[in-house]
Amino acid sequence: MDMAVEAGVIKQHLIDPEICIRCNTCEATCPVNAITHDDNNYVVRADVCNGCMACISPCPTGSIDNWRTMPLVRAYTIEEQLSWESLPAELTPEELEAAGVSAEAAGDAAAAVPAQTQAQAQAAVESVEPAFNSAQYGATVPPWSAAHAYTNLFAPKSPTTATVVGNFNCTEAGFDSETHHIVLDFGVVPFPVLEGQSIGIIPPGVDATAKRHHARQYSVASPRNGERPGYNNVSLTVKRVTEDHQGDPVRGVCSNYVCDLKVGDTVQVVGPFGSSFLMPNHPKSHIVMICTGTGSAPMRAMTEWRRRLRKSGKFEGGKLMLFFGARTQQELPYFGPLQSLPKDFIDINLAFSRTPGQPKRYVQDLMRERAADLAALLKDGASHFYVCGLKSMEEGVVLALRDVAKEAGLDWDTVGAALKREGRLHLETY
Amino acid sequence: MSTINYSEKIPNNVNLGEDRTLQRALEGWQPNFINWWDDVGPEGSTNHEVYLRTAVSVDPQGWAQFGHVKMRDYRWGIFLNPGDANREIHFGDHKGEKAWQDVPGEHRANLRRIIVTQGDTEPASVEQQRHLGLTAPSMYDLRNLFQINVEEGRHLWAMVYLLHKHFGRDGREEAEALLQRTSGDQDNPRILGAFNEKTPDWLAFFMFTYFTDRDGKFQLAALAESAFDPLARTTKFMLTEEAHHMFVGESGVSRVLARTAQVMNELKTDDPQKVRAAGAIDLGTIQRYLNFHYSVTIDLFGADQSSNAAIFYSSGLKGRYEEGKRGDDHVLKGQTYKVLEVKDGQLVEKDVPMLNALNEVLRDDFIKDSVAGVGRWNKVLEKAGIPTRLTVPHKAFNRQIGALAGIKMSPEGRVVNDMEWAAKRDEWLPSAEDFAFVASLMGRVVEPGKFAGWISPPVMGINRQPVDFEYVRFG
Ligand SMILES: Cc1cc2nc3c(=O)[nH]c(=O)nc-3n(C[C@H](O)[C@H](O)[C@H](O)COP(=O)(O)OP(=O)(O)OC[C@H]3O[C@@H](n4cnc5c(N)ncnc54)[C@H](O)[C@@H]3O)c2cc1C
Ligand code: SF4
Ligand code: SF4
Repeated sequence: MDMAVEAGVIKQHLIDPEICIRCNTCEATCPVNAITHDDNNYVVRADVCNGCMACISPCPTGSIDNWRTMPLVRAYTIEEQLSWESLPAELTPEELEAAGVSAEAAGDAAAAVPAQTQAQAQAAVESVEPAFNSAQYGATVPPWSAAHAYTNLFAPKSPTTATVVGNFNCTEAGFDSETHHIVLDFGVVPFPVLEGQSIGIIPPGVDATAKRHHARQYSVASPRNGERPGYNNVSLTVKRVTEDHQGDPVRGVCSNYVCDLKVGDTVQVVGPFGSSFLMPNHPKSHIVMICTGTGSAPMRAMTEWRRRLRKSGKFEGGKLMLFFGARTQQELPYFGPLQSLPKDFIDINLAFSRTPGQPKRYVQDLMRERAADLAALLKDGASHFYVCGLKSMEEGVVLALRDVAKEAGLDWDTVGAALKREGRLHLETY
Repeated sequence: MSTINYSEKIPNNVNLGEDRTLQRALEGWQPNFINWWDDVGPEGSTNHEVYLRTAVSVDPQGWAQFGHVKMRDYRWGIFLNPGDANREIHFGDHKGEKAWQDVPGEHRANLRRIIVTQGDTEPASVEQQRHLGLTAPSMYDLRNLFQINVEEGRHLWAMVYLLHKHFGRDGREEAEALLQRTSGDQDNPRILGAFNEKTPDWLAFFMFTYFTDRDGKFQLAALAESAFDPLARTTKFMLTEEAHHMFVGESGVSRVLARTAQVMNELKTDDPQKVRAAGAIDLGTIQRYLNFHYSVTIDLFGADQSSNAAIFYSSGLKGRYEEGKRGDDHVLKGQTYKVLEVKDGQLVEKDVPMLNALNEVLRDDFIKDSVAGVGRWNKVLEKAGIPTRLTVPHKAFNRQIGALAGIKMSPEGRVVNDMEWAAKRDEWLPSAEDFAFVASLMGRVVEPGKFAGWISPPVMGINRQPVDFEYVRFG
C-alpha cells in the first residue's frame, strides 16, 4: 500500500501565526516533540504530530487548533510554516484533486480515500455544507468503563531502558512490507500500559542537524498483563519502512533500528502515551475494530485481553468485530493466529487490495457489505468503534459509518456526537 | 502519581499528607490567605460562577480543565511538574553535580530572597487589579481577569509552599509577610516598583499583562533552570499558566487597536480628538501607555551590573532564559557583555564581565520577545490600512534603576535636558488628561456577546466556546 499512499490525504495540524502569542506552552506540552519554533513562528512537524490533542486545551489562545486537509505529498514543510504571517486558505476540492496522483494510484491505496469519498466530499462542498471532517468525530475521552491509564511516566529527557526479549517477522518473509513482532521487557521498572496505548522509542544517534533523534511512537500489541501473562513486558508490531510516501527508497530510521534488534539488546523508551483510545471493561460492551497494517497492534491487544478474560470465564458475551485491510494475505500481520480464533468469539473481515485475479477490496467496502450488522451495533449504546492505521484511511472509514447510519434511518449528527461524547469512537491514524 | 488530590484541604501533588507538620503549618497560613483574598481580591465577585481553568493534574490531559466555579471555591493548590531523579545542574560552578532537593546552607539566604521576591509579585497583581471587575468591557474579558486573579493567587501558594517546606521558621515569617505588604501601601508596599503602580483602567491592565507578566515569564523561565529542583519544578508549571496572562495582554491590545483602526477608517480620520469623540482610544494614547509600561517593566530586571546576579548564576540558583538551548560553556567566566552608560552627555556601550551583566542579558531577551509582539500588533494596523506603527521606546527611556536611572532621554534614545523633558513629557508618557479620557470610557458591559465600544470582540472564545458564551454567571 505504500506506493499508493501518495494519493493519501492528511489532516495537517497547523498553528495560526496571527493569533499565537509564542508562549511555548504547546512545545512544552507535546509528548512527542512535534512542535518547534524560531524567532518568528511556532510550527508543527507533520511527520511527527499524531493528533493526540494534548496541546489543544493548554494553548491559551486557541491558535493551535487548526487543521488543513492536504495531500500527503504536499504537506506544508517546517520551513514554509516558519515563514508564514497568516494561515493559508484550505485547498479547494479542485486543487486537492489536481494535487493528487493518478486515479490508478489512488485506486491502489488500500487505505487512501476512495474516489467515491472524494465525490462525496465534493458534493458536500458544492451544496455549501461544511466539508466532511472525520477527525471531529473522534473522542478525546475514554469509554466510561475503561481502566485508568498512566501516561508520560518517562519523558524524552529521562527515558527508561527496556531489554529486547523477542523479535520475529510476523508477515511472510520476503514480502515488501516486512513486519516484526518485538517483545520488550522492563525488568523491575514500573511501566504500566493498557491496550490502545502507545510507547515511544528513541533510536540511537543523531539526525542530519546533529540533534538527537526524536522518539517514534508504536502502539502496544500486548494486553495489560503482558505479552507473557504476569511478566513486565510489552509487544509491538513494527513495519520496516523501506520506501517513503512517494515510493522512493528510504531507510526509516527507527523502524529499521527496531526490526534489526537482537534479543538482549537494550532500547530507550518513553511514555506511555494515550489516555482515550482505551478498551471498555464492561463485560457486555461490543468492540468494532477497523484497521490496516500495523494499525492491527492495538486490536491484537484488545482481542487478546478479551480472549484471556473469556478463558477465565469473566466475560459476558460483548461482540468483537474486526475489519482488517492489507495488500495481500502474506503481508497481513498475525494472519495465522487470527485464523485460529473461534468464530463465535470474533467476527473477522479481511480485505485484500492486491490479491492476483481478485477484485480490490478495502475495509470500507467490507463495512458497507456488513451494513446490517454495523447498523445494529450503531444503535446499541454499548458499542465502541476503534480505527487505527494509515492516516488516509480515516475519512473513508468514518464516512462509511455515517452512510451505514443514514441508510438505517439514524441521524448521523446525533449518533456521531454521542459516539464522541461517550468515548465510543476512537481514531488513531498515522 | 502526578494526579492532584482535590479531597485535601490544600490540593497538592507533593504528598503533603505525609508531612503532618508542614501540612499543619500551611493549613495555618490558609485562613490568612482567604482573608487576604476577601479583603483585597476581586471586588464584588463573591457569588459569581466563573468559567475557570483548573489543573487536576500536571500532565497534558489534566492541567486545563474548564468549568464554572465560584472563585472562592477555586482550589488554590501546590502543583509541581514531575521531577527527574537524575537531573543534573547544568550551569555555574556546580555544573554536572546532582540537582539539590534541599537548600544547601550557604545558599539559603539568597534562595529565600529570590523566592520571596517572586512570591511578592503574585498577590501584588491581584491587588492592583482589584477594581477592574467593575469596569470590564465584556463578560469574556471579565472571565479572563478572574482567571488571572486565581492563578496569581495559586502562584503565591507555590512560593509559600517552598518557603514553608524548605526555610523553617524564617520561611514561615516570610510567608506571613507576603500577606501583610500591600500594593501601593505607603508604609508597607510591595517589594518591586512596578507592583506598586496603579492599574487604573483596562488599557493599563492589558499593557500590564503584556509587558509585566512577560517579565514573569522570563523570571520564571530563569528560575526553572535552578539547581534547587523544587523551585525549578514549581516555576515550570507556573510558566504554563503564565501564558494565559500574556495572551490576555497581547490580544487585549490587539482588539483595542482593531477597534481604533475601524473607527479611523469609518470616519476617514487620523485626528485623535475625532477618534476620542467616537468613543475609541487614539493611537497616540496607546503609544504613551506602551512607553510607560515598557519602561517600568524593564526596570524589573534590576541593575545592569549586579554582583548578586553573578552569584545567583555561579552558585546555580538562577540560570538564563533557555539555558539548556545555549551553546556556550554555561560557566561564563572571562566573557563580556555590552551595557549602556551615559558619558559626556552621550549614550555609549561598554564591555563588562558577562556574569555581572546577567540582568541585562535577561532584559535583552525580554526586549526581543516584546518587540516581536509589538510587531504583531502592528500587523493589525497594517491589515486595516492604517500607516501608523507602534514602537518600543529606547531601552534607556524613563528608567529608574541601574546606571540609566534618572537620565532624561527621548523615546528615540536622545539625551535631553530637563527643560525639554518637562516640555515633552506628556507627548511621551500618559498625561493626567489621557488617564482621565481612558477612565471616561470604562463602563461595565457584561451581557454575553456584547462589547464596549472601545474594543473589538476576540477572534474566538475560551476553550472553543463561542464568544457569546455565558463565561460568568452572576449569583
Ligand atoms: C500513535 C502512533 C502509533 C503508531 N503505531 C505504530 C505501530 O504500531 N507500528 C508501526 O510500524 N508504526 C507505528 N507508528 C508509526 C511510527 O511511529 C513511525 O512513524 C514509523 O515506524 C516510521 O519511522 P522511521 O523512523 O522508520 O521513519 P523515518 O526515518 O521517520 O521516515 C523516513 C521516511 O519514510 C516516510 N514514512 C514514515 N512512515 C512511513 C510509513 N508507515 N509508510 C511509508 N513511509 C513512511 C517518512 O515520511 C520519511 O520520508 C505509529 C505512529 C503513531 C503516531
Ligand atoms: S496534537 Fe499531540 S502530537 Fe500533535 S502537536 Fe499537539 S501534542 Fe503534539
Ligand atoms: S500554546 Fe498556543 S499560543 Fe502558545 S505558542 Fe503554542 S500555539 Fe502559540
